[in-house]
Amino acid sequence: MRLTLLNVIIAVVLAIAFAAVNAAYLVWAERRGAARIQRRPGPNINGPFGLLQPPLDGIKLMAKQLTIPGGADRIMFIIAPVLAMFPAIMSFVTIPFSDSIVAKNMNVGVLMIFAFASMGSMSLLIAGWSSRNKYSMMSSVRAVSQAVAYEIPMLITAITVVMIAGSADLTEIVHQQSKSILHWNIFPLLGNSHNILMPFSFLIFFMCTLAETNRAPFDLGEAESELVAGFHTEYGSMGFGLFFMGEYANIVIGSCMTTILFLGGWGCPFGLFPGVWWFILKLYLLIATFIWIRWTFPRTTIYGLLNLCWKILIPLSLFNLLFTAGLLKVF
Amino acid sequence: MVAYFTEIFTGLMSLFIGMGITFKEFFKPTVTVSYPYETLTMSARYRGHIELVEDEEGNPQCVVCGLCEKACPSDCISLAGEKPEGGKKKVLTKYKLDFTKCSLCGSCVESCSFGAINFSKDYNLASTNKEDFYFDLLKRLEERKK
Ligand code: SF4
Ligand code: SF4
Repeated sequence: MRLTLLNVIIAVVLAIAFAAVNAAYLVWAERRGAARIQRRPGPNINGPFGLLQPPLDGIKLMAKQLTIPGGADRIMFIIAPVLAMFPAIMSFVTIPFSDSIVAKNMNVGVLMIFAFASMGSMSLLIAGWSSRNKYSMMSSVRAVSQAVAYEIPMLITAITVVMIAGSADLTEIVHQQSKSILHWNIFPLLGNSHNILMPFSFLIFFMCTLAETNRAPFDLGEAESELVAGFHTEYGSMGFGLFFMGEYANIVIGSCMTTILFLGGWGCPFGLFPGVWWFILKLYLLIATFIWIRWTFPRTTIYGLLNLCWKILIPLSLFNLLFTAGLLKVF
Repeated sequence: MVAYFTEIFTGLMSLFIGMGITFKEFFKPTVTVSYPYETLTMSARYRGHIELVEDEEGNPQCVVCGLCEKACPSDCISLAGEKPEGGKKKVLTKYKLDFTKCSLCGSCVESCSFGAINFSKDYNLASTNKEDFYFDLLKRLEERKK
């Protein structure tokens, strides 16, 4: 596909629409799922199964006034929520949903996604810094130390996969896994690495995605019990709405990346009905797991979080990187 | 080194066990009641504000002995009655309860040897007006009968 201005605009608009619809309805799914796990009905009044709840919430948020606290850094304060949403949207542009459904495929797709992902913590930092609120400040300090810590094992596992595929192109990574379910990077018995430790890499990557998207049990940034609402304490109206959408968009991207890197992307397990729906199915199964995890585990402490990362995830992922390198040399 | 890996392993297993539990809960039926649309039946010993008990003809059973008024530690109850002409028994003409002060202690119900007052099961009593909690129990009895 030739990259014309029109194409880019269409892609970005589609990406925004996809992110917004996903954000809205993932909130609904999250609330319903949480309710089911806690054995209550959840939102069920507005529309069938409460399906009208997200648009109504959106209207409510938009109708509110955006107040800026006195003494806050006005420009930074307004930029922060936009920065939360922007990298997520940009990442959608490079994610291949199938052979043909990709706005702009790049041969450094993995790098590009991680580059944008690391901008997410920047928005938390700016939001906390500019709010002039001690809770927000503490929250952004936590968010940044968490992001710095968890990006390392995440990148190391991603590099492991890139090494196996021999390419940083997302489409190429999927093609490498597309032959059969045993070529998938989560359990590559066939393929060129035969690495039996990959399931652990998958777990490490998934945990890091949880931490990177600030989801429970790693949502130290917005620990309500200690920090009011963390970095978005001072945000109301659509400022808050954008942070919220950004969070869910990041979940979608994290799940997309996990699907592409480990679960064979749009590849179908037994050659059945190949197509984009396999990608969608895997994507939403992972998102459901995100929600499931959030409502199962209590929040960790900041020490527990950093210990887990520096003492367990980083050594293990480094070991697996070396192990994979060795296997690739042997086979 | 062994301890390190056992800790990782047991930790990971405990996570999966936890997820198993929530997975099972997910498919169980809900246990909550959607309050304004459905209500629970109150338990037999639930204590709402007191209410008058009626006899078969629908009149209050109260004989206006005034024991409940005296028994109330917070002076919530004020009642009055009169003997109708030709009648033998006193008839209740006023039974006021100041629910703002009532502590639901039950002394009044206990003191009544005629079983003429009882705890109601009424809990929908929210109001922003203090006056709404000065109850006229005779009126409430009439309303209940309708
Ligand atoms: S329950 Fe206790 S406080 Fe309330 S009216 Fe009866 S005696 Fe008075
Ligand atoms: S104690 Fe019973 S019978 Fe006597 S006045 Fe009170 S409610 Fe009536």
